[in-house]
Amino acid sequence: MSGRGSETLRPTPANFAKNATKALADKALQEALSELSGGLAAARERAKAALPGFEALRRSGRDIKDHALANLDLYLEAFERNATAAGAQVHWAAHADDACKIIGKICHDADARIVAKGKSMVSEEIDLAAYLQTSGLKVVETDLGEYLVQLRDELPSHIIAPAIHLSPSAIEATFRARHRHLPADRALASPEALVSEARAVLRETFLAADVGITGANFLVAATGSTVLVTNEGNGDLTQSLPKVHIVIASIEKVVPTLSDAFALLRLLARSATGQDFATYTTLVTGPRRAGDPDGPDVCHIVLLDNGRAELLGGEFRPALRCIRCGACMNVCPVYGAVGGHPYGSVYPGPIGAVFTPVLAGLPAAASLPQASTFCGRCEEVCPVEIPLVRLMRQWREAALAQSEAWRTRGALRIWAFVAQRPRLYHRAARLAVAVLGAFGAKRGALRRLPLAAGWTRHRDVPAPQGHTFQQIWARRQRRGTP
Amino acid sequence: MSRGTILAKVRVALRVDRADQARNEAVAERLADHPIPRRAEKTTDALVGRFTSLLREHGAEVIAVREAADVPAAIVCTLGANDLPLRVRSGTDPYLAALPWQTEAALVVQRGKAQPDDRAGLSRALAGVAETGTLVLASGAHNPVTLGFVPDTHLVVVAAETIVAAYEDALALLAAELGPAVLPRTLNFISGPSRTGDIGGKIVMGAHGPRLLAVILVGSGAA
Repeated sequence: MSGRGSETLRPTPANFAKNATKALADKALQEALSELSGGLAAARERAKAALPGFEALRRSGRDIKDHALANLDLYLEAFERNATAAGAQVHWAAHADDACKIIGKICHDADARIVAKGKSMVSEEIDLAAYLQTSGLKVVETDLGEYLVQLRDELPSHIIAPAIHLSPSAIEATFRARHRHLPADRALASPEALVSEARAVLRETFLAADVGITGANFLVAATGSTVLVTNEGNGDLTQSLPKVHIVIASIEKVVPTLSDAFALLRLLARSATGQDFATYTTLVTGPRRAGDPDGPDVCHIVLLDNGRAELLGGEFRPALRCIRCGACMNVCPVYGAVGGHPYGSVYPGPIGAVFTPVLAGLPAAASLPQASTFCGRCEEVCPVEIPLVRLMRQWREAALAQSEAWRTRGALRIWAFVAQRPRLYHRAARLAVAVLGAFGAKRGALRRLPLAAGWTRHRDVPAPQGHTFQQIWARRQRRGTP
Repeated sequence: MSRGTILAKVRVALRVDRADQARNEAVAERLADHPIPRRAEKTTDALVGRFTSLLREHGAEVIAVREAADVPAAIVCTLGANDLPLRVRSGTDPYLAALPWQTEAALVVQRGKAQPDDRAGLSRALAGVAETGTLVLASGAHNPVTLGFVPDTHLVVVAAETIVAAYEDALALLAAELGPAVLPRTLNFISGPSRTGDIGGKIVMGAHGPRLLAVILVGSGAA
């Protein structure tokens, strides 16, 4: 299986506008998006309506995360203490490459050859599979959506539905191209047949894997447990069958107690897929116990920072409340129009627009906070009330303050200069309206406008009538008509 | 190395001191507050009804039997109805071991963890949660976790008197069984058969785990 070697061919956040244009022209993608994303948002609405007190639950979710973040150092220490007492080994990784090295070494020490991987956004963030594959391991994604994007050497396009951009026929083509050992004339058209085939192929991996790597939705400080949520059961096979289990989780996943985890779990599935509860929620505490007939002999937990600790000190702390449900992208008009790939990040949509600048740096990701209409629907559905619009606006302000933004700053300065001088402003407006009015007199609309190609490529600009409002008003006053 | 760096960064960002007594006490109190929850509320017919109907909505089969002695016959019946061989793999759970298996001579019960070609696994749930129709299973010496994920079919026996309102209530039953503050390697919350929506958004059962989840509910009076 190929790794993520072709990094240069992948969309990057710096090229968001270009990537988005391409996505808008991609018919198959547009079809897939129109069917799926809206379905998840509607399902969330139904689940919300069916649970009395959902709004109160959102507020308590927010408060739990805020309390945990405000005391993160102490809860991380408590988690480490209790996980260690339960027999797990806890590792700390300041950066992506530290985490990769730690996990690489655990695999090496276990003489591992095959690694089964559950779905984990953090592992995507640090590009773990590619790292392990360069060191000679065979790494197989076992979440069906992740397996599909791995076969196609793509990034996931949604944090809970990684292959939401693919149609069943595209998936059939991928399976025929990559599962060459199976008969060429097999029937594969239905989703059921595709799932069956993936199940059979991946079952071999589960049985052969030496190491299982999963993420964690939550870490419970009081018990040292990791919490993993899936619908497929791949996470449980990954953390139960191989001899070695490695959990990779970022530091902001820690919550104080099991009750806190349950409160957030009540929000998670409802916000993500509209299910009341995911099919499988598993608390894992340490490795197998003496006398247990199955389960891994060792359990490692890798705690990753990768830029998060610094966020705690500033205005972006609320972004660390995120429980990765994906609700914000399901309602986002920008995500809905272009899908996840144009963001060039493992975290797309509104939360991606807030979090990607932290990972990739603001200069590289400055266009993502711009990719929003600020309609605010993301904030309305966020289960932990992250002020996504405010945070995107803060990134825009920060981007404007950077030296790269001299053109925008210059243009705004000129506008401010003119706008603060009414006589000059009126004169400029009269001139512009007269010129545009003359050009558009025949059609009443303009096909092209200098500096506004982004607008006129898709629609005409209505032409002004040749006079400004103030001119028309003054004329009427003179005539005495109201 | 990284540990010190990360914790120092967190403390700098939060502008806090490790030694701050008030914070330490507040956190210690919050951590100690974790459930050993109140005793689970008494099971009611309404809870059992909700548990059953939600599980069915999630695609599970629920078979109600009057008493534990009826379980082997219900298993034979379920296996037969689904064209499965009369063979199940089970752990050494005392509740299951005490069932009158001899009444079903044709049924083969094998012990131990799941094997790759097992068709059906049999487990005992320590509780059922009514709020979302969720089974709670603890792994342990007598309950291999793999039985619920490797075979195509998972049969789960749950007693009606263990149906509780909320997840937290199930922890009380766990504490009664394992002792307070003891968690098993895995505590599994299962709300239906395995599923995926990753292909065209269509829900397909049996992604990696069981295609069929059959829950045998003992003593609900509904048999």
